[in-house]
Amino acid sequence: MTDAPPMVELRDVVKEFPITSRVLQRRLAAVHAVSGVSLSVPAGSTFGLVGESGCGKTTIGKMIVGLERPTRGSIHFDGRDVWTLSRSERRRLRRDRQLVFQDPYASLDPRMRVGSIVREPLVINRMGSREQQRATVLRLLEEVGLPADAAARYPHEFSGGQRQRIGLARALALSPRLIVADEPVSALDVSIRSQVLNLMRDLQRRHALTYLVISHDLTVVRYLSDLLGVMYLGKLVEVGETETVYARAAHPYTAALVATIPIPDPAHERAKPRRTIRGEPPSATDPPPGCRFHTRCPRAGEICRSVEPPLRAFGPQHLAACHFPLQEPA
Amino acid sequence: MTGAGASVLEVDELRVEIRLRRSTVRAVDGVSFSIAPGETVGLVGESGCGKSTIGLSLLGLLPAGGRLVAGSIRLSGRELTGLPEEELQEVRGDRIGIVFQDPLTSLNPTMTIGDQVGEPLRIHRGASARAARSRAAELLELVGLPGPSRQLDRYPHELSGGMRQRVSLATALACAPALLVADEPTTALDVTTQDQILELLAQLKSELGMAVLLITHDMGVVAGQADRVLVMYAGQLVEAGSTDHVFSHTRHRYTQALLESIPRLTTSRTEALHSIPGQPPDLARPFGGCRFAPRCAFATGECLTAPPPFSGAAGHVFTCIHPVEDGA
Repeated sequence: MTDAPPMVELRDVVKEFPITSRVLQRRLAAVHAVSGVSLSVPAGSTFGLVGESGCGKTTIGKMIVGLERPTRGSIHFDGRDVWTLSRSERRRLRRDRQLVFQDPYASLDPRMRVGSIVREPLVINRMGSREQQRATVLRLLEEVGLPADAAARYPHEFSGGQRQRIGLARALALSPRLIVADEPVSALDVSIRSQVLNLMRDLQRRHALTYLVISHDLTVVRYLSDLLGVMYLGKLVEVGETETVYARAAHPYTAALVATIPIPDPAHERAKPRRTIRGEPPSATDPPPGCRFHTRCPRAGEICRSVEPPLRAFGPQHLAACHFPLQEPA
Repeated sequence: MTGAGASVLEVDELRVEIRLRRSTVRAVDGVSFSIAPGETVGLVGESGCGKSTIGLSLLGLLPAGGRLVAGSIRLSGRELTGLPEEELQEVRGDRIGIVFQDPLTSLNPTMTIGDQVGEPLRIHRGASARAARSRAAELLELVGLPGPSRQLDRYPHELSGGMRQRVSLATALACAPALLVADEPTTALDVTTQDQILELLAQLKSELGMAVLLITHDMGVVAGQADRVLVMYAGQLVEAGSTDHVFSHTRHRYTQALLESIPRLTTSRTEALHSIPGQPPDLARPFGGCRFAPRCAFATGECLTAPPPFSGAAGHVFTCIHPVEDGA
């Protein structure tokens, strides 16, 4: 699955958000949200993107669905450079890429009935007659495991898990090829979370979907993903097949992330080393020189403070950017 | 669940109701537990199970419409239920400290860090402004804030989430409370920051010898922090015991289902995750039997007729009539 042609490809993508002063009418600084990221998501696979708040993972998701335009670099969807296309072509491509949000409480219009919420993308894109649209809505609701009478009800009548099902039904309305799911289960309780994760897997199989799953929760991402990318402060620091990255993390940041996840096993938790990394991520307006992780890294040496480590191969499809990696480079 | 010897906290048959517009929710329905000095007790459950309501009722901070209907809360032997507000205020912040999930909403945005951390000392101990300030600097050092004396004149918005949670901890610890209530203290934090705050919490507990009630939805956090664990479902305790024993010899079907629905690092991607069908019940409606029965794969007609009593041995009890076989 991971050698399929790429559905999405990012080439050296940079995204900066300028901080401007209204009074002085000029640019004061910039938030370096994404600083030169290249990655490729094979068709039909799930790519998991993990990292802590502010690492740029959500910005990447927004750029992939076309909600943000990269400052530099290019984004290719199904082999086409999205931002060189005409407006109308780009608009058509938008249907193929849908977004599912984290918070099912905030992302659904409370004044719209569920049927209209799911139907809206069809109406906007003038797809099918009213009757056809109604039939599509009922089919989608059934597919995500909601009762047919859900269409006539309002979002507040549903629980968090059911609302996330509504969000998935809406995302599927235009028969997309790619779904970007940004923290799809983070707002849900554990018992409900697994229902939604199982549904996402079923939908992927049934519709041959490609997923980009963004999350801070490594257990969720690991369960869903074929490939895993780890971001730190706007950089992709490690990428590879999920099992490989877990079992043989080359970057100390990846290893620390894997090690710090609390596991529901008291003996394991008590035995594990604590505080493997210190402090908190520096500001993205003024990222540190050299390796961006050096201020917190237990292995950092002199070179890390000045020279940015390039991505190096550690095995087939396994790359990491570290001067003092935990594995031997290939 | 009453521990031996002098408990810091004893909660007995606590019942809390919350009046809503059209109905009354029995948020906590007959919960009893105790915490010994120096012990960390983890209170786990999903949204709406009543775990945070218990935390708030210990502090007399129930939301509007909330009412403690029955039961007793004793702190170091002193009954807290029925205390007038002024006396409760003496307890709060002095004998009981609290840390909430979101330090940005629990800290006062208009007060400097130094004033906030020192405030309990001025209120409860009559400390002078100067004494409170110098003690505040010591407390900030205790919770690992870098350059504590430089931080005294800063405001909460100038700090990161992890640093703010350290400030909340310093404030909660100012009067050396007998009990610290920590309600989802690391839920809003990134994993690497969470790791640091949990480490700090464990270290402070052993240094200061206080009792901790750790309220969380995260079974992983409980596994690493708690000496004992209390599992709640729909307003009641369903299983309680030493953390090791509850995790290794889980008896209640709800606890089992909850643990199985967490993807492990060893869960294969080809297998479907265990999940619990349906949703927690409406707490405004009366219950005939086991509250988990409608979602339980092992429920029989018997489960629906009467509330299941606590069974098991001292040290590990559960309310389930079709429990998981005790393997060892």
